[in-house]
Amino acid sequence: MNEITGTDLHAYTDGQLDDSRRVEVEAHLAHDQSATEAVRAWREQNEALRAAHSSVLNEPVPPHLLKARASSRRLPYYAIAASCMALGVALGWALHAYRAERFPDSAALPRRAAVAHVVYAPEVRHPVEVGADQQDHLVKWLSKRLGSELKAPLLTAQGFDLVGGRLLPGSKGPVAHFMYQDAKGQRITLYVSRRDGELRDTAFRFSQEERVAVFYWIDGSLGYALSGEMDRASLLAVATSVYRQINP
Amino acid sequence: MDREQIALHIPRLRRYARALVGDRYQSDDLVQDTLERALSKFHLWRSGSDLRAWLFAIMHNVFINQLKARREYFLDEVTESSLEAAPQADMLEIRDLDTALRRLTHEQREVVLLVGLEQFSYAEASKALEIPVGTVMSRLSRGRERLRALMSGSATVTNLKLVK
Repeated sequence: MNEITGTDLHAYTDGQLDDSRRVEVEAHLAHDQSATEAVRAWREQNEALRAAHSSVLNEPVPPHLLKARASSRRLPYYAIAASCMALGVALGWALHAYRAERFPDSAALPRRAAVAHVVYAPEVRHPVEVGADQQDHLVKWLSKRLGSELKAPLLTAQGFDLVGGRLLPGSKGPVAHFMYQDAKGQRITLYVSRRDGELRDTAFRFSQEERVAVFYWIDGSLGYALSGEMDRASLLAVATSVYRQINP
Repeated sequence: MDREQIALHIPRLRRYARALVGDRYQSDDLVQDTLERALSKFHLWRSGSDLRAWLFAIMHNVFINQLKARREYFLDEVTESSLEAAPQADMLEIRDLDTALRRLTHEQREVVLLVGLEQFSYAEASKALEIPVGTVMSRLSRGRERLRALMSGSATVTNLKLVK
């Protein structure tokens, strides 16, 4: 066994060791009182930090942050070349923002769901903010933030287990995001947002957002979208089950 | 899609900034400056690479610039010896985690928070802060031991084997 170093102890604390090294560190800790104490204290620090600060995730994102615009104010005004470039960037961004605003948000439910899917589904270490082991807490928390009673559909019959969920900022307030995974590690996500005012109830609809397939529907005060990088037929089986559980 | 992708990371950027800076309004300023800079530099982001790491790297640079601009180094100039000389009453007060965090150097605080709060891997932290992994480890080690000493009310830092 290689000597256990401080780096190993930290990596052990943070869950960043591979299995074989972890076993070696555990064997070492069994007879090293002061290292055991240190690891315990560092773990408590991690937990205390998360406990103290995670409520920020639960706060609505201030609108001025969602509306932040590209800024060129830090560019030195005397650098003409830089200013020209900044102008180009600003113009580019303005055009982009203009194009983005031409599409009303109400048309964007499947698109927003697909974006959230591609951002979070590949996360290996922290795909979710609250894990499935705290499912009750997760569902209560997200229900409270959305102001509606939510449920996390059970998809084990389709081969998917709940990984957990997180809260996301959306154009109409908070969004609940549930993630599921099958035995092969394939992930699907359920995006639940408050309905947009002008939108009527819709039945089940399908949208292909680049490589992400999305089934979505609006029901009562909520919009739902189930996203996955798979073919339409495979996702349909899961989406049907989600739809039936939510609209019994 | 760019803008929406960035917006999804705002809650985590806010959490980290709040823990790093302490004050709610100052930390939201840090987030806003970070977002503005990210939007104006978005063409430099390599599509497909880790957007979260890229945003945190920008926040790190904005944070350092803010510190320089304000010439506020918080308690970074607090030396080891002045901590040891602090009276007992002071030690009791800094059992509070956030107060203890303020007594780390900002370099240590960034690493402790990226790893402990945001669960970055050491490699991700090294990328976000633009320092070698070895430096991440030594800052993490010093930061955590200092926090431990502060939280337990003793100013003596246990000497663990030095990080390689």
